[in-house]
Amino acid sequence: MTYGPSAGQLVRPPAHHHDEPYVPVFTGERREKLDVILSRYPTRMAALLPALWMVQDRHGWVSEHAVEEVAQVLDLSPAYVKGVLSFYTMYHQHPVGKHFIQVCTTTPCNVCGAEDVVKAFLDATGCGELGLTSDDGRFTVIEVECLGACGFATPVMINDEFIESVTPELAARIVAERD
Amino acid sequence: MGYPHASHGRETPVLSKYFGDPDARTLAGWRARGGYEALEKALGMDPAEIQGIVKDSGLRGRGGAGFPTGIKWSFMKPDGKTHYLCCNADESEPGTFKDREIMRWTPHGLVEGVALGAHAIYAETAYIYIRGEFTEPIARVTAAVEEAYAAGILGANAMGTGRRLDVHVHRGAGAYICGEETALMNSLEGRRGNPRIKPPFPAVAGLFGKPTTINNVETLTTVPYIIKHGAEWYNGFGREDNPRSRGTKLFSVCGNIARPGNYEVTMGFPFGEFLNELCGGALPGREIKAVIPGGSSVPILTREEAEGALMDYEGMVAAGTMLGSGGVIVFDDRQDMVKQIARLARFYAHESCAQCSQCREGTAWTTRILERIAAGEGHARDFDTLLSIGENMSGKTICVLSDSCATPVASGLKKFRHEFEAKLGPDRSRAVVPVMLTSNRTAAA
Repeated sequence: MTYGPSAGQLVRPPAHHHDEPYVPVFTGERREKLDVILSRYPTRMAALLPALWMVQDRHGWVSEHAVEEVAQVLDLSPAYVKGVLSFYTMYHQHPVGKHFIQVCTTTPCNVCGAEDVVKAFLDATGCGELGLTSDDGRFTVIEVECLGACGFATPVMINDEFIESVTPELAARIVAERD
Repeated sequence: MGYPHASHGRETPVLSKYFGDPDARTLAGWRARGGYEALEKALGMDPAEIQGIVKDSGLRGRGGAGFPTGIKWSFMKPDGKTHYLCCNADESEPGTFKDREIMRWTPHGLVEGVALGAHAIYAETAYIYIRGEFTEPIARVTAAVEEAYAAGILGANAMGTGRRLDVHVHRGAGAYICGEETALMNSLEGRRGNPRIKPPFPAVAGLFGKPTTINNVETLTTVPYIIKHGAEWYNGFGREDNPRSRGTKLFSVCGNIARPGNYEVTMGFPFGEFLNELCGGALPGREIKAVIPGGSSVPILTREEAEGALMDYEGMVAAGTMLGSGGVIVFDDRQDMVKQIARLARFYAHESCAQCSQCREGTAWTTRILERIAAGEGHARDFDTLLSIGENMSGKTICVLSDSCATPVASGLKKFRHEFEAKLGPDRSRAVVPVMLTSNRTAAA
């Protein structure tokens, strides 16, 4: 474990990623879903976080195109949407691996050996370095701040899946089971 | 109960009674356990009367600040304005994982408490803001809300009273600071999660500019029990010589301890017995060295200090720390306190919203110095620099994230100074020269 500045906190885009034509998110059923969400709040702006979640669920990340689409459906400026987007760590502003692995290394997990779990994930996935995506595009591993399951050290999130009590041995098995 | 362990005889399970019982998750299961009786009773009561009962019960906010819930609610008057209730389910304080279990095992208990709380503050609409990482709690609470709507508990004619009660689940997206109540409101409104300057207080101008009350998950889930069994029943829990901390409290225990988990005990419970009996004490062959008793933002205790403390708001203050959120982090003799305090500082540096310079610069600077000391490159003068930065970070910012970073650093440096000193670099002799901090800012890190 190094103590370098912000080691592993930045997610970098995979080396080979090409822009594909943007497929709008808010059409058909998803547009209806957004309308239901909008009915819960007195302002359109309040649907911004939910709308960004819908984008990420659909595309895996939030692109410039998506920012423009969200801005348009919610009557906001793209710059405003980007400002909010960049505040929240769970939204990806770059494409990430198919399996986005977040390992909690904050103090309570750290004292239970979380750094060894991180290392096990880096080794098993072939990512090598925090924030980098594996060459096959399958995995990205990052350290995450407190996942709020400290009694179940070490908790790991893989996309929306929450896994408790992960050990280095279990980490290798978890990676082997992924497609 | 000590979920995931069996309940200990010395626990007093109220909120945690059904942890681990999947049947309690459904509406039918919750009703079979007496659920929604309190809401039905409360909807027939005047909100002011409910506020009075909660005040008499002695319930204080379980999110960390400990503000009396009944008094907070009494700020909300029948003024004809739109009111909002926000349930703070952004549980992110390192060491704390109690709200997660409440939401996973008794989601209807929370929905009932939220609906009851909304009625008690003259609100029609409540939002439950759950941190984005809590995918299972989000799914459980969302399912409970949907069931409650389908059964007519929520909606335009809540429980047949002719009154509207709406509860919505809102997912966060990864930001510790959104657990600060005004940041939470900003986030819910679709803004960056920057805390707001107070005043105006939420009760005057909160969510969407309307009078708003924000309560923690544990607080709201407790209220139905108080309405059902009475203020006196709840007020009966606690130590006799302290009328200010009443009821039961969930404590999350983690780190180097034999049985980590959630334990529910009465206020004022002896901390030594709690750690060594309920939680099983240190791991085999190890010794407990330090304990953070109330989430990462409170002062660190040595084992001796912890074993002599009492687990309520005043008991923890007497021991030189705070009850906070009840997140207990245990460190054993293997742990390098410098490294772990540096790791905590890094957490705060990562989570600073960067609005206030004391916090934005202070958390990062503190982290750089601590990590340098941990790597064996420290100077003794760093200690004074750290304390000085900490002083300038405390009580000077919009919210308390900055203070929360300074607190464990100051207490760690005081109580485990020998560990810091043991790590100093080769030029430690320079330490004898007193340094005027204000003139040496650039030299420090």
